[in-house]
Amino acid sequence: MSPSPRIKFVLGGLLILAAVVYLIFSSTQASAQYFLTVDELNDKASSMVGRDVRVSGAIVGDSITYDPNTLELKFTVAHVTGDNAEIETLGGLAAVLHQAVIDPSRGRLQVVYVGVKPDLMRNEAQAIMTGKMGADGVFHADELLLKCPTKYEQAVPEQAQ
Amino acid sequence: MFANFGYGTLVLTFILALYSIFASLFGYFRKNQQWVESARLSMQLTFPLLSLTSASLIYLLVTGDFNVKFVYEVTNRAMPLYLKLTSWWGGQAGSLLFWSWLMSAFATAVTLRKWDRDREFLPWVVIVSSVTMAFFMGLNLFFENPFETFWQTFDGKIVPALIAPARSIPFTAPDGQGLNPLLRHPGMIIHPPMLYLGFVSFVIPFAFAIAALVTGRTDDRWIRITRRWALWAWLFLSLGLVLGGRWAYDVLGWGGYWGWDPVEIAAFMPWLSGTAFLHSVMIQEKRGLLKHWNMILIVLTYALVIFGTFLTRSGVLSSVHAFAQSAIGPSFFTFIGVTFVVSIALLLWRWADLKSEAQMTSMLSREALFLLNNLLFMGILVVCFWGVIFPLLSELVTGSKVTVGPPFYERATGPLFAALVLLMGIAPLSAWGHSTWKTLGRAIWKPLTVALLFTAAATTYLLLNHANNEYLIYSIIGFGVVFVTACVTLYEFWRAARARSRAQKENFFLALWRLAGRNRRRYGGYTIHLGVVLMALGIIGIEMFQTETQRTMKIGESIEIAGYTIRYDSLAQFEHTDGRWVTRAEVSVFRGGEFLGTLAPRYDMYPDGQPMTIPGVRSTIQDDLYVLLVNWEGVNSQVAPFKVYHNPLVNWLWLGAIIFIFGTLVAAWPEADPEPVALRPRSAAAQPSAAD
Repeated sequence: MSPSPRIKFVLGGLLILAAVVYLIFSSTQASAQYFLTVDELNDKASSMVGRDVRVSGAIVGDSITYDPNTLELKFTVAHVTGDNAEIETLGGLAAVLHQAVIDPSRGRLQVVYVGVKPDLMRNEAQAIMTGKMGADGVFHADELLLKCPTKYEQAVPEQAQ
Repeated sequence: MFANFGYGTLVLTFILALYSIFASLFGYFRKNQQWVESARLSMQLTFPLLSLTSASLIYLLVTGDFNVKFVYEVTNRAMPLYLKLTSWWGGQAGSLLFWSWLMSAFATAVTLRKWDRDREFLPWVVIVSSVTMAFFMGLNLFFENPFETFWQTFDGKIVPALIAPARSIPFTAPDGQGLNPLLRHPGMIIHPPMLYLGFVSFVIPFAFAIAALVTGRTDDRWIRITRRWALWAWLFLSLGLVLGGRWAYDVLGWGGYWGWDPVEIAAFMPWLSGTAFLHSVMIQEKRGLLKHWNMILIVLTYALVIFGTFLTRSGVLSSVHAFAQSAIGPSFFTFIGVTFVVSIALLLWRWADLKSEAQMTSMLSREALFLLNNLLFMGILVVCFWGVIFPLLSELVTGSKVTVGPPFYERATGPLFAALVLLMGIAPLSAWGHSTWKTLGRAIWKPLTVALLFTAAATTYLLLNHANNEYLIYSIIGFGVVFVTACVTLYEFWRAARARSRAQKENFFLALWRLAGRNRRRYGGYTIHLGVVLMALGIIGIEMFQTETQRTMKIGESIEIAGYTIRYDSLAQFEHTDGRWVTRAEVSVFRGGEFLGTLAPRYDMYPDGQPMTIPGVRSTIQDDLYVLLVNWEGVNSQVAPFKVYHNPLVNWLWLGAIIFIFGTLVAAWPEADPEPVALRPRSAAAQPSAAD
């Protein structure tokens, strides 16, 4: 290939590469969120106030309150480890979520969310929330995602009689 | 008994697949046709055997044998028959078997074709298919066995196992857990099989690519053979993605269809490289260029197909869809690593053989624009991959997990997608070889002018009605590229059909029909582009102009949005035949005082405690009015909370998808006999489109 057209193509390719790299980095900076466990968020609470973060935790069923007039959903989540390997050794995700909820000494986080109460919301469900930590220590969630329950660890049936 | 039979046939098939691999290798290196033939036959045998395995599992599912762990997990007594059948892919172990079964079906179909011209490819196609099949069967055999049964040990514990643990007796649960009600939607039933069909079909072109590399037959023979496979694979994958989106829109109740969830992206990435591949191979066929690209793209597609399956199975990333974590993660990772490294090694070995047969001289030539196409698709792929990998990387590097959500993907891929839509409009008018702005301009100025007029009209409308919208400028750009491409594509149809109808003295529409029939690939392709453009229209509408509101109302009160008034009329609660408790509201929709209809959003509570919110939706060509009855604990028919979304233009998304699928069928259909050359129409004006 004669040098001139080749240079053109190489430059064009580099331009596109540069554009893509720029898009990735600027978008990452603009939208990256820390993904924290309840304990991590509570530890860093003061520095996290007002920052967009993502938190996961086990929903404590008893704590769920919902005001249909204001569509305000309040609940508490218990700390669940983020380490997949640890979850494995502890007996799987369902067991870990159960432990988190029944253990009274576990770190807790209060959450407030305004909107439609998700269908999957229930005791011991894993909640993944995006939002900001308020100065009052309550987490204000903008987005609330719940894990699809069919895919929890092999559930063993209850013993009959 | 069936469980043991199923497991037995699975083991047998696994051994056969391993035999196929070794027999092929032996046959190839010893240049012994009999061994290769034996390998081919043994691979064909895997299909009936796996069908028996699958039939055993389906039998267990349908008869509700709750002694079997998988049956317990995904079915229950109350489920109707069709759901029990489809629960085959409703859980991890079953879906892995389904994958293997599909792979054996396609591999067998491929080996049944005439191999006279391509004898040397056969052993390698068998090897690649068998290796893939053996991997998935291995996962079933060693990690996720669908035929495991429950045993009750002497101390009362219930344990799943293949072989009875010491001092235990078989245990059968009285009923199963059943499939999550969210999965009981027609879209959700077809979505996994469609995706798997797409995934598995792409293994075939990959197998031929590897065969081409190994045997040194790096001309476009392998591409021609697998052209239709790739197209059908792509059709299924596209259909699977669209169905997933439609299901989310219908049933998940957040007014959207795509959440940039890692599992959605996992299925999207092979689609990206697959689409690039489909386009790029045309250039190799016509001009002998982009050979390295095609190899890279198909190798990537295979890796991404397995990676996609891996992401939904290993729990590596936390996402709404993620399957439970299990030990198969490392196996997947290793398999992808090894196959990718081997593929790249083969490619590097044959790098020189893949030299281009021609030169690319002009940046505006058709071949250059296809190269740009590849780059843009790869760019989007890199963005998606980055977004998915980023939490893992950040955890490794900084110790804390940092994620990116939809805003990242939208910001980073938006401009790239817009460029692609524009390219869809420009490329069909480009010429091979030497091209300048002038030649391109001459080809495009007519449809471009029409498109600019439409864009000006749209901009005026938007400035008058949506001046405060934060996405205003992006929507104008979006509409602009959509109009350009739509006008160019329709112009291409019109121009060719008009020329033909004049030359043949045919009615215009007959000419159009005959034209498409004679060149299905091109006109199927244009139809697909038209479908994409309409989908883009729908996406711009819903993403940039969606509005929402929520209000708790007493009966008789109303909520207003986007010029509509929705009045709460009544509430009913009753038990459905399948045991769920239904709370159903009736609302009336008005616009400007005119009564438009009633909607019935409802909230279902299933016996196992799983609730489901089903919206009441009024769909028209210009928008969707999407009304949700918000769930709440406790019954109060006097006051109910509602959430309403207004989704402008969203139905163009589904309409575009239908046209898209139709276009793919046109392109994939076997070519009709070509007419005599003398009657080929030539267009007088503008650049001729690529010769066939």
